[in-house]
Amino acid sequence: MSIILDHVNYIYSKGTNDEVKALDDVSFEIKDGDFVGLIGHTGSGKSTLVQHLDGLLKATSGHIYYNGEDIYDRDFDMRALRGKVGLVFQYPEHQLFEEDVFKDVCYGPRNMGLSEKEASLAAYSALKAVKLPDECFYVSPFELSGGQKRRAAIAGVLAMKPEVLVLDEPTAGLDPEGREEILDLMKELHDTRGITVILVSHSMEDVADYAHHIIVMEKGKVFMSGTPREIYSHIEELESIGLAAPKVTYIMHELKRRGFDVDTSITGVKEAVDSIIGAVWNA
Amino acid sequence: MLREMTIGQYYQAESRLHRLDPRVKLVGTLIFIISLFISQKVSCYVAATVFLICMIRLSRVPFLHMIKGMKAIAFIMLITVFFNLVFTPGEELVSFWVFKITSQGVRNAIFTAVRLTYLILGSSLMTLTTTPNDLTDGLEKGLGFMKVFKLPVHEIAMMMSIALRFIPILLEETDKIMKAQQARGADFESGGMIRRVRAMVPLLVPLFVSAFRRANDLALAMEARCYHGGEGRTKMKPLKYKPWDFRAYVILFCYIALVVLFGIISPL
Repeated sequence: MSIILDHVNYIYSKGTNDEVKALDDVSFEIKDGDFVGLIGHTGSGKSTLVQHLDGLLKATSGHIYYNGEDIYDRDFDMRALRGKVGLVFQYPEHQLFEEDVFKDVCYGPRNMGLSEKEASLAAYSALKAVKLPDECFYVSPFELSGGQKRRAAIAGVLAMKPEVLVLDEPTAGLDPEGREEILDLMKELHDTRGITVILVSHSMEDVADYAHHIIVMEKGKVFMSGTPREIYSHIEELESIGLAAPKVTYIMHELKRRGFDVDTSITGVKEAVDSIIGAVWNA
Repeated sequence: MLREMTIGQYYQAESRLHRLDPRVKLVGTLIFIISLFISQKVSCYVAATVFLICMIRLSRVPFLHMIKGMKAIAFIMLITVFFNLVFTPGEELVSFWVFKITSQGVRNAIFTAVRLTYLILGSSLMTLTTTPNDLTDGLEKGLGFMKVFKLPVHEIAMMMSIALRFIPILLEETDKIMKAQQARGADFESGGMIRRVRAMVPLLVPLFVSAFRRANDLALAMEARCYHGGEGRTKMKPLKYKPWDFRAYVILFCYIALVVLFGIISPL
C-alpha cells in the first residue's frame, strides 16, 4: 500500500513561448502510514506535485501508482482516488460555499455517493475530529474566524475518509497558535487513525517536529530525500538553495563549535533540551 | 483549459504595434469596427481581411495564440449563425420541420460570422499588444475632451483597466477553486443541463466571495496610497505622439477611405 511516482514530468503551457518545466523527472515512494514533509521554495514545483497525487493534473510523461494501480489507466476510477487521497489546497477556506458549515462538510461525502445519513455521520465525525466547537456547526462558514474556517475546510476533506491526506501549506496566514493547532491536529490524525499525511511547506520549522520523512524539492526536481536527521545534517546544501534548517539545529551546531559535546543532528526542541542538559552535566 | 483564454490578455512581444501610442490603437480599433459595419459588400470585407492580416503579422503575436481565444465565443457564434440561417425571410432554398433556409439567410449568416470573428480578432489585437496601464492612459487622454460634459473620464478609464487586469486573476482563481472542489469529488463535466448548472454553485459562490474580497483589498490599498480620483494627478510617463503614430493615423485614414469607396462604387 503506497504511492509511487515513476519518472514524472510536467510541463505548463506546452508548445507556447512561456513553456515551464514544473516537474522534472520526479520519482519517489510514499509508504502507507508515513508522515511526509514536502519542502521547497515558492515555484519549486511542490504544489504542482501534490495536484498530481490527486489526478487533478496529468503528468506530461511518467506514471503514478496508487496501491499498485496506475492512475492513468483508462479504467481507473479517478473519483474514488480523490476520495482516498484527500487534497487540502492552500487557503482551503476559499472553497467554502454552503449556507452552513455542516452542509459544506457534507459536500465531499455526498459526491462520493454516500446517502444523506451516511454523509451526515461522516461530516459530524470529521467536524469533531478537527475540534470545531459544536455551536459553529450550523452557522454560515463566512462567519467563522480564520482558524475555524480553515478547520472547517479541512473537515470537508476529512469527511471523505481519505487514506492519504495531502495538505498544501496548511499553516499559511495563520498566527503561531493556529499554526500549532493545525499541525498537532495532523499529528493526531496520523497517530490515532493511521492516515498517511503529506505536509507541504516552505518552512523547515513546520515539518521538523512532525515529519518522519522529508522530501526537498528544488526547480521541479527532488533535491534531497530522507529522515529529518539526514536532511538537516546537510545544512550547507539546504542553505545553497535558500532553505534553512530549524533554529534548534543552528543552536546545536553553535554549541558544538564552542566545545560542548552535543548531538548536532537533533531536530526537535525536546531532544535538544535533553542533549544540552546531558552535555552540561558531563562538562 | 482556462489558461487558454486569451481574450483581453496582454502578449509580451517586441513589435511596431506594441510600441504604437495607445490612442492610435484605440482609434484604430474603433475605425476597424466601424469599417466592418459600413457596408455588406464583399469587397469591403476583402479590404478588412487584408488589413487585419497585415496588422496581425505586424504585431508578432502568433496567430494560433489569437485563435485559441476564439474558442470561448464559439458558442455565441453558433447561436447567431443559426438564428440568421433559419429566421431570415426571403427566397427559400431548403426547408425542414419548422425551419426555412433562404439564400438571404445564408448570406446573412456568413456575414455575421465573419463580422463577429473580425470584431473579436480586431479588438483582441489591441488588448494583446497594449498593457492595461497603457490602455488606461490612452483612454484617459483620448477621451479627455469629454470632461467638458462632466463625464468622469479618469474614473471610467480606471474601472476599465482594473476590470482588464482582473480577468487573468479571476481565471486563475476559477481554476484553483474548480480543482479544490474536484478534489472533494465535484464533477463539472457529466450529467444533464440542470445537474451541470447545479454543479456550478460550489464554483460560483467562492468565486464571487473572492472577487469581493479582492475588490475590497484593492480599494483599501488604493486609499492607503491616498488615491482620490483623477483630480490633479500627474503622470510619470505622459503620452506623447511620435512620428510613427502620425504615419499610423494616415494609414488608418487611407484604410477607412478605401472601405467607404468600395462601399459606394463596388458592385458586389
